[in-house]
Amino acid sequence: MAINQLTEIFTRTEDTRLATPGINWAMILFLIMIVVGLGLGASGFIVGHEAIYNNTREVPWGLLIATYAFWAITSTGLCIYAAISHLFGGTRMAIVSNRMVWMSIVCIFAAFATIGVEIASPHRMIFYNIMSPNPISNIWWMGTLYGIAVGCMIIEFFGIVTGLARIAVIIGTMGAFAEVLANSCLGGVFATLPARPYWYGGQLPIYFLTAAFLSGAAATILFNYLAYKLRGAEMSDAVKDGIKSAGKAMTLVLILYSVATFWRLIMYFVGGAELGRIAADALISGPLSLNFWVIEVCIGLLIPLILIILTRLQNIAMMAIAGFLILVGQFFARYDLVSAGLLVPGTLGWDNVPTYLDYVPSLIEWLVIGGSIGVVGFGFLIGERVFGKVFDQKEHH
Amino acid sequence: MDIKNLEKEKNEGIESLPSDERRKFLKIGLAVTGVFLGGTVLSLTSVSTAKGGNTDSVIPAEGQYPYPKHYSMIMRQNNCVDCEICMDACVETNHVPVGHGAWRTTIQERLTTVDGVEKREFRPILCNHCNRPPCVRVCPTRATYKDPETGIVVMNYKKCIGCKTCMAACPYNARYFNHDKYAIDKCNFCIDTRLAAGEKETACAAACPADVRVFGDLKDTSTEIYKLLHEPDKKIWVIRPECGALPNVFYMNA
Repeated sequence: MAINQLTEIFTRTEDTRLATPGINWAMILFLIMIVVGLGLGASGFIVGHEAIYNNTREVPWGLLIATYAFWAITSTGLCIYAAISHLFGGTRMAIVSNRMVWMSIVCIFAAFATIGVEIASPHRMIFYNIMSPNPISNIWWMGTLYGIAVGCMIIEFFGIVTGLARIAVIIGTMGAFAEVLANSCLGGVFATLPARPYWYGGQLPIYFLTAAFLSGAAATILFNYLAYKLRGAEMSDAVKDGIKSAGKAMTLVLILYSVATFWRLIMYFVGGAELGRIAADALISGPLSLNFWVIEVCIGLLIPLILIILTRLQNIAMMAIAGFLILVGQFFARYDLVSAGLLVPGTLGWDNVPTYLDYVPSLIEWLVIGGSIGVVGFGFLIGERVFGKVFDQKEHH
Repeated sequence: MDIKNLEKEKNEGIESLPSDERRKFLKIGLAVTGVFLGGTVLSLTSVSTAKGGNTDSVIPAEGQYPYPKHYSMIMRQNNCVDCEICMDACVETNHVPVGHGAWRTTIQERLTTVDGVEKREFRPILCNHCNRPPCVRVCPTRATYKDPETGIVVMNYKKCIGCKTCMAACPYNARYFNHDKYAIDKCNFCIDTRLAAGEKETACAAACPADVRVFGDLKDTSTEIYKLLHEPDKKIWVIRPECGALPNVFYMNA
């Protein structure tokens, strides 16, 4: 009976236009990336994490934590825009909000997959997070709230697919609240460590939330553009309006984020802790300067802004390119933030330690990142294939 | 209101103050107290564990040691000659694994120039068993905590999920990943290997031939560490005081 009902639902939601060999091959490719990347990451539980990752005592976090933060922040952004659209209805983005909910779930799973193979003993986490919680730990709140958020979003999506709009809106709003709070706690994980002056301070949680609004809008535009491109279908005017609304939000937050980045860095050069200034210098002229100037600033902020200004938010393809570049920039921004905080040794001046510690991600770390991209790519395609008709909203319900 | 005319007014005195006015005044007082009380209740660090000293000193304020036995260590830094016997004693006593940057205590070194003469300085370091430990605050599963009896920061290995946040949070690089236990590990002032057996000193302090490390209970005024720490006019410092962790490992020159 239940199987029959499920089959009936899937018949109603699936989009057979995507049942093409090309899409199937792409899905297989993403699956291979997942199996290879996350499989090698999981091998750390057998051979020891020290054998596959280049993290050290001095640099305990690196590429994987940055990637986790990137996907988690993107998920928050997608979830917030979807919730605002669902809750208030009036925004033009409502027409693409179901796809945003799905992609928010997919992105948070990519984040969980990455941190799942980064943490040394995740099995202990599942048990002791409940049995021995520390309510003043940001990590505890972050994990718990992201857990609640993903639960809410899955129920919300179930409500969307089965037509239970009321449940979808109520639970979806709760999920979005949990995502915002979790995002804030993720910022707090870094912001509340006085030992790392580059992270320490009240600005970082807001900076993370701003990044969520930026990445969320960029991802909304990119994924919607790809969804229509894959089908070879023309966007309806309503969808175009929705994407343009997302473009406006993206442009506004792009400017806010750039201002925040500017002041954040200036801060370190007017006084305060020496270790913070040295860390900021890693971005300005040190080992992370190429990442910062070329990728974070030029590719991630300036070029998208120029593209947006030149096309005046009228060209969807250009906006999708801008969105993609912003996401690339945001990924490197997370990496630079995590790295810069840890690269400066706390014992500088002693032991002839170099000004900047050496951390280069291992090949397996990069393959795990590939695995997380595989999760998002596969999640996107399977979502379009199985729930395509749900995403192809004619109007907002 | 014309202020010049005010002085010409007759003083009403407090006798004629209506009780409503008095009530209002009391209410303001209660509201202000409430705000402060709320602040105390909501504070993330409980006040009893945050005692650490006055603003111009790194030494805990006298008589305000939060733990029944308040263990700490003082280094007579200029006595250290980098013989590393303390490190060997620690490894042997506490079964510290070899490699992967594992150590519970180490000796740092730097070259300085004093009056044109190059001088080599050594500084032993270990976990500072802070009164406001950042590592304890960040641990999601309370795998690391302040021992309520001694104030020593200890590990419950089976609860450690290996998120490494405590490693990032520690100002002293005192934590490492123990691959044998598959959990974070650190110095625990030999609480399980020596103090539990009735020993009075940690392995490193007992082994030091130059009498650099002095370990003891700050609650006990007869201990050497208490006397050293409260010697008048002696300069005493801690590492990275700006982190506000209120460390319990102190440094001085002999």
